[in-house]
Amino acid sequence: MTALLDILLSATFWAAAVRIASPLIFATMGELICERAGVLNLGIEGIMVIGAFSGWITVWAGAGLWEGVAVAMLAGMLFGLLHAVLVVPFGLSQHVVGLGVTLLATSTSYFAYRLMLPQVTSPPKIEPFAVWEVPVLSDIPLIGPALFAQTPLTYAAFAVAALVALVLWRTPLGLAIRAAGENPSAVDAQGLSVTGLRIGAVVVGSGLMAVGGAFLTLSAFSSFFFEMVNGRGWICIALVVFGAWRPGKAVLGALLFAAFDALQVRLQQTPLGQVVPYQLFLMAPYVLSIAALVLMSRRASVPAALMQPFNRGER
Amino acid sequence: MIVAPVLRLCGITKRFGSLVANDAISLSLNRGEVVALLGENGAGKTTLMNILFGHYVADAGTVEVMGQPLPPGHPRAALAAGVGMVHQHFTLADNLTVLDNILLGTRPLWRPGLRKAVARARVQALSQDFGLSVHPDARVGTLSVGERQRVEILKALYRDARILILDEPTAVLTPQETEALFRTLRLAVGRGLSIIFISHKLHEVMGVADRAVVLRHGRVVGEVATADTDRHALAALMVGEEVVPPKVAPPTPGPVLLRLDDVTTAQAGTATGLRRVTLDLRAGTITGLAGVSGNGQAALSDLVSGVIRPQAGRLHIAGAPVTHWTPREAVGAGIARIPEDRHSTGTIADFTLTENAILEGYRSRFAKGGWMNWRAARAFAEGIIRTYDVRCPGPDTRIRLLSGGNMQKLILGRVLEPGPRIILANQPVRGLDIGAITYVHSRLLQARDAGAAVLLISEDLDEIMALSDSIHVISEGRLSPGFARGTMTQQQLGLWMAGHGFADAA
Repeated sequence: MTALLDILLSATFWAAAVRIASPLIFATMGELICERAGVLNLGIEGIMVIGAFSGWITVWAGAGLWEGVAVAMLAGMLFGLLHAVLVVPFGLSQHVVGLGVTLLATSTSYFAYRLMLPQVTSPPKIEPFAVWEVPVLSDIPLIGPALFAQTPLTYAAFAVAALVALVLWRTPLGLAIRAAGENPSAVDAQGLSVTGLRIGAVVVGSGLMAVGGAFLTLSAFSSFFFEMVNGRGWICIALVVFGAWRPGKAVLGALLFAAFDALQVRLQQTPLGQVVPYQLFLMAPYVLSIAALVLMSRRASVPAALMQPFNRGER
Repeated sequence: MIVAPVLRLCGITKRFGSLVANDAISLSLNRGEVVALLGENGAGKTTLMNILFGHYVADAGTVEVMGQPLPPGHPRAALAAGVGMVHQHFTLADNLTVLDNILLGTRPLWRPGLRKAVARARVQALSQDFGLSVHPDARVGTLSVGERQRVEILKALYRDARILILDEPTAVLTPQETEALFRTLRLAVGRGLSIIFISHKLHEVMGVADRAVVLRHGRVVGEVATADTDRHALAALMVGEEVVPPKVAPPTPGPVLLRLDDVTTAQAGTATGLRRVTLDLRAGTITGLAGVSGNGQAALSDLVSGVIRPQAGRLHIAGAPVTHWTPREAVGAGIARIPEDRHSTGTIADFTLTENAILEGYRSRFAKGGWMNWRAARAFAEGIIRTYDVRCPGPDTRIRLLSGGNMQKLILGRVLEPGPRIILANQPVRGLDIGAITYVHSRLLQARDAGAAVLLISEDLDEIMALSDSIHVISEGRLSPGFARGTMTQQQLGLWMAGHGFADAA
């Protein structure tokens, strides 16, 4: 029990939780934008992989870190455009296309990796984003190191979440996007293009997912390896539901999940870890997330037109 | 002084393949005028309005608003020119607030900020001015149908519409809501707006419109000032021939097929339950149930169809009390149902006509040893399509592609073809046009003459009085005694509907 308390009161634990949450926040915001516009994007897992790879390979080839982020974002937007074109104007199954995009983006990354680095056994490392301590604020005990001694991309993640909330609820564009996810006919009747809004939302959302992936290679780890996204995309889909399609709640969900994850690693080091198999610790964040999801999502109001293709002529 | 019309449609022609939906239609609308656009389903009213609103591009013809030609195919241009459309199927997002729905698309997308406070004040002012009371911050999903329609009208007014197009606005309203709508329309006209009112309820048209334009098969077949005509002349213009209401022969009452004996049902949420209702349905008669919607009609209809069970009291089928009562028992007892809402409970939109035709008989008649007999099912559907004149491409068409009237004809065939003993007809002609209404009524009368007991539930007193051999009024779950045909006036029934005359048991 004291071991648990020690962990919960350590600044490194909270710093780790915020760090682990950052890529989830980017990708969750991306998925949230897509779903608010009425499109489920199961390409998220693959788009995170392509983001992680393309950002990393750009930096490895000699470009700057921010250029890596930009390239990752563009790559994500490209795959987002593919998903959007297939599911919005053509109205194909969002599940099938999404999983297809995930497979395509993942294998494209691995293929390109093999083409560019045919001989290596362990992937080369790059110099990742350094921690940037916010003056004064980072000196606050516990909160300071957790929130204000992070890499720039972590700050960007929180800024993006705030921006997404602001745009969706405080601008005409955001209202139109949300209406496209609630009742596309309402958008159409006002002379706005449902197709344009949805494609735009999916492309921008996919760009954010890819930045989430790039966080892994450019900020968290310093190289790219296979399986590194490891289901984070699927977690983000659950986080959108957990957050009831609201950015603030989704960020809280991401932090909660990340805290569980950081906690289980540390619990493995305690005497408890001697008796309990480590696989159970690995399971813990997921089990707790599912439990939280069940409790939280009961009253969630899903966008009414989520996954409904819009076709003007149809009755 | 010659005043130019605010809206002029000139020689509008639109073809869909070989079908000419609009054939050189011309129409003009003056400032402060209400024009009714009349026509049966499929006459081309909706196509014409879709062209005006830029959803379709006409093959020929021009649209002018305030003297300016409107570029074809641009809904935004129509909106900007001051044309506002209130669709029959509302285009509102349920999870957004009233204000959000009104604001949608009114500001350029890339401009930051929604300026909700300004907008809210303006919406409140408009609500006041036009008698459209609705709370701007209410979620649309929580509103009644009448309130949602007010939101649709507010949407148009908020955009400074000068021309309002209302597509069958009263189809979904109660009589009281209809009255309120007409008050709003008069206020709007008083402020110089012009209105096109699409309908086929002739008494409303006579009450609210200055002029009526009648369409048939895509052509204008008549244009008359309502002051110079009457309902019968308009009906004849619409249908193309004199409309003759079905002849009602004297009934030959048989034994009681269904008896409710002092039945009370549970209150379900806000829905009224039945309170000590006793009712006999006799073979060879039509029993009419009059009443304002929401007074227990739903409970009675659910009870008869086996969806709910009596809390107290007994149900007798052909003299024998029933113990186990479920929809399956009801179907087994020979009760056929024309449901109130053909879309939500009457049909499955994405099923074919064949599948929809056998929804109630798939276990017995169209299955053998657990396997579907699709050949028999298809033949059954084809029979209905022929006998009941269901206009459709074929039995494999998804039913959502059919018009309301044709959907109802299929349901009618499904209900009547097996020769049921008891027929529950709940609002059987809601939303149908005159031709279809006459058809449904004559079929119900035929079934009665063949010995069926029919329970007709309707909010339309004209319909009840024309068809019923015996009329009961339902009010707050209580049932009046039965009145024989011709013994009551509309006014007397109206008093019962308002709750007068009941020996108040509760």
